[in-house]
Amino acid sequence: MNNLQNFNKGFFKENAVFVQLLGMCPTLGVTTTAFNGLGMGLATTFVLLMSNISISLIKSFIPDKVRIPAYIVVIASFVTIVDLVMAGYLPELHKNLGLFIPLIVVNCIVLGRAEAFASKNGVVSSIFDGLGMGFGFSMALVMLGGIRELLGSLSIFGIQLVEADGILLFILPPGAFIALGFLIALINHLRKTA
Amino acid sequence: MEYVIIVFGAIFVNNIVLNQFLGICPFLGVSNKVSTGIGMTGAVTFVMTIATIVTYLIYKYVLIPLDITYLQTISYILIIAALVQMVEIILKKVSPPLYQALGVYLPLITTNCAILGVALLVISNDFNLIGSVVFAIANALGFGLALVIFAGLREHMDLIDLPKGMQGVPAALLIAGLLSMAFMGFAGLV
Amino acid sequence: MAKKESTLFNMVSSLVIVTLVASTALGYVYELTKGPIAAAKLAAKIKAIDEVVLPYDNNPVEEMYKISVEGSVDSLEVYPAKKDGKLIASAIRSYSPKGYGGNIWLMVGLLPDGNIQNIVVLEHKETPGLGTKMNTLEFQDQFLGKNPSSFNLKVQKDGGDVDALTGATITSRAFGGATQRAFDTYMKGGQHE
Repeated sequence: MNNLQNFNKGFFKENAVFVQLLGMCPTLGVTTTAFNGLGMGLATTFVLLMSNISISLIKSFIPDKVRIPAYIVVIASFVTIVDLVMAGYLPELHKNLGLFIPLIVVNCIVLGRAEAFASKNGVVSSIFDGLGMGFGFSMALVMLGGIRELLGSLSIFGIQLVEADGILLFILPPGAFIALGFLIALINHLRKTA
Repeated sequence: MEYVIIVFGAIFVNNIVLNQFLGICPFLGVSNKVSTGIGMTGAVTFVMTIATIVTYLIYKYVLIPLDITYLQTISYILIIAALVQMVEIILKKVSPPLYQALGVYLPLITTNCAILGVALLVISNDFNLIGSVVFAIANALGFGLALVIFAGLREHMDLIDLPKGMQGVPAALLIAGLLSMAFMGFAGLV
Repeated sequence: MAKKESTLFNMVSSLVIVTLVASTALGYVYELTKGPIAAAKLAAKIKAIDEVVLPYDNNPVEEMYKISVEGSVDSLEVYPAKKDGKLIASAIRSYSPKGYGGNIWLMVGLLPDGNIQNIVVLEHKETPGLGTKMNTLEFQDQFLGKNPSSFNLKVQKDGGDVDALTGATITSRAFGGATQRAFDTYMKGGQHE
C-alpha cells in the first residue's frame, strides 16, 4: 500500500468512527459543537501522529512481552503534553473538552494504530497512517458536532444562524446517540449502494 | 446521607454510560446477552473500585507531595493496566470457568474509558477516600444497570426487521439514545 | 528488523528507559507550560472580577481574603476592589451545590452596603437552553442593584421575589442560593471599609 493510500484509508475505507466503530466515547461526549469536535479531533491527531512516529522508531528495541505497557507510556506522555499545552494556550477549549483530553490515552484508535500499524511499519508510512486516521477521526467529529450544533443551537462553529433555540435534544446526551446512530446508518447505506 | 446522594447521583442522575459517555465501547460491544453483561459488570466493579483506591492514594500521597501531578495520566493508566493483568492472573487461578466466560473482555477493561474516567473524576469532584470508593462502586453499578437493561433491549432487537443500513450498531445507538432520554427523567432528583 | 528477546533484563530495562525518557520530556514540557497555564487561570479570574465590580486601581487578586461559610467547613474567596485606597466593591466567589446538574459557581459583585452590582456565572453543568439561560441579562436583570436584605432571593414559587426561568426552577433556585450565600457570608465577615 503506497503512502497516499495509507493516508486516504483513514477518511473513508477504514474511518475510525464510521467503519471501525472505535473512539466512541469522545465522539459522543464532545460533539456539542463543531468547534469542540474539531479541537478534540486535532488533539487526538497530534497524539496519533507523535506516538505512531515514536513507536515506529523504537519498535525494534522493545521486547515483545512488554510492548503494550511501553506503547501506553509513550501514548500517555503525548496526551499529557497535549493536555498541558492546551491548558496554557487554549484555556477555553481545554475547559470545554475537560475530562476527554486525558481520556485520549484510552482511545482505542491510538493504541489500535500503534499495535496494528506503527509496530510493524516504517516511520514514513506510520506518519501517513497516523495523519489519515487522525484527520478521518476529526472529520467524523466535525460532522457529528456540526449536525448536533446546527439542529440543537441553530449555529455552526459558533456563528449563530437564527436567534432562537433549536431542537435542544441534540445537544443533550440522548441526541448524541441518536444523531450518531442516524449518521452511521446513512453511511452504511451509502457504502452498501456505492 | 451524603453518600446516598453520591450513590443515587452516580447510578441514575449522571449515569456513567448514558450521561457521561464513558464506557461506550464495552457498552456497545458486550451487550448482546444479559449474562455476559452481568459478568462484565462484576469484573468492571472489581477493577474500578481497586483502581480508584490505588490511584487516589498515589495522587494524594505521591504526586501531590512531590509536585508531579502532571504525571497523573501516565501513572493512572499504568496502574490500571497492571491491575487488569493481576485480575486476569488471579481469576485464572481462583475461578477458571469465570475466566473462560469473560475471555476477551478482560484486557479490554484497560481501555475502558470508564475506569480511567472515574479515577480522574474522584479527584476533580474532590471526594475523600470513602466517598471515592462509594462513587466507584456506584458508578460500576450504574454501568451494569445500563448494560443489563440495554442487553435486554438488544436481545429483542434481533427479532425486528430493520433496513440494511440500520442493522447492528446504528439501531443500538438509537436505543441507547432512548434509554438515555429515559434516564434524564432522574435529573433534578438529587 | 528482529525484535529484542523478551528476557527479564531486556523487558525491565526497556520499560525503565522508556519511562525515564517520557518522564523527563514531560517534566520539561511541564516547566515550559507552567507560566502560560498560571497566566491563563489568572486572566480568567480577573476577567470575572472585572465584570462584577466597578473600575478599580488596586490588585484584587493579591488582596484576596477568605471568609468561612456559616455551618460549613467551606470558605468563600473575596476579592476587594478599591479606588484611591477606598473599598468600592467586592467580588465574592460563591457556589450552590443544588444545581440541576451539580455545583454552580458564581462571581457575585457586591457594593459595601450589600447591593448587587453584577453576577457572572463561572462554572455550571446546567441544561443547555434551559438552565443555561441563567447566564443571560434577561434573567439576571432582576438582581442588579437589589439588596438581598430587602429582595428575597428565593423563587416566587417558594415565596421569594425571584422570577424563575421557565422550565428551570431548580437552576433559578440554585442561582438565588449561591447569591444568598455570597451576601450572608460577606455581610457577616467581609470588609466594608
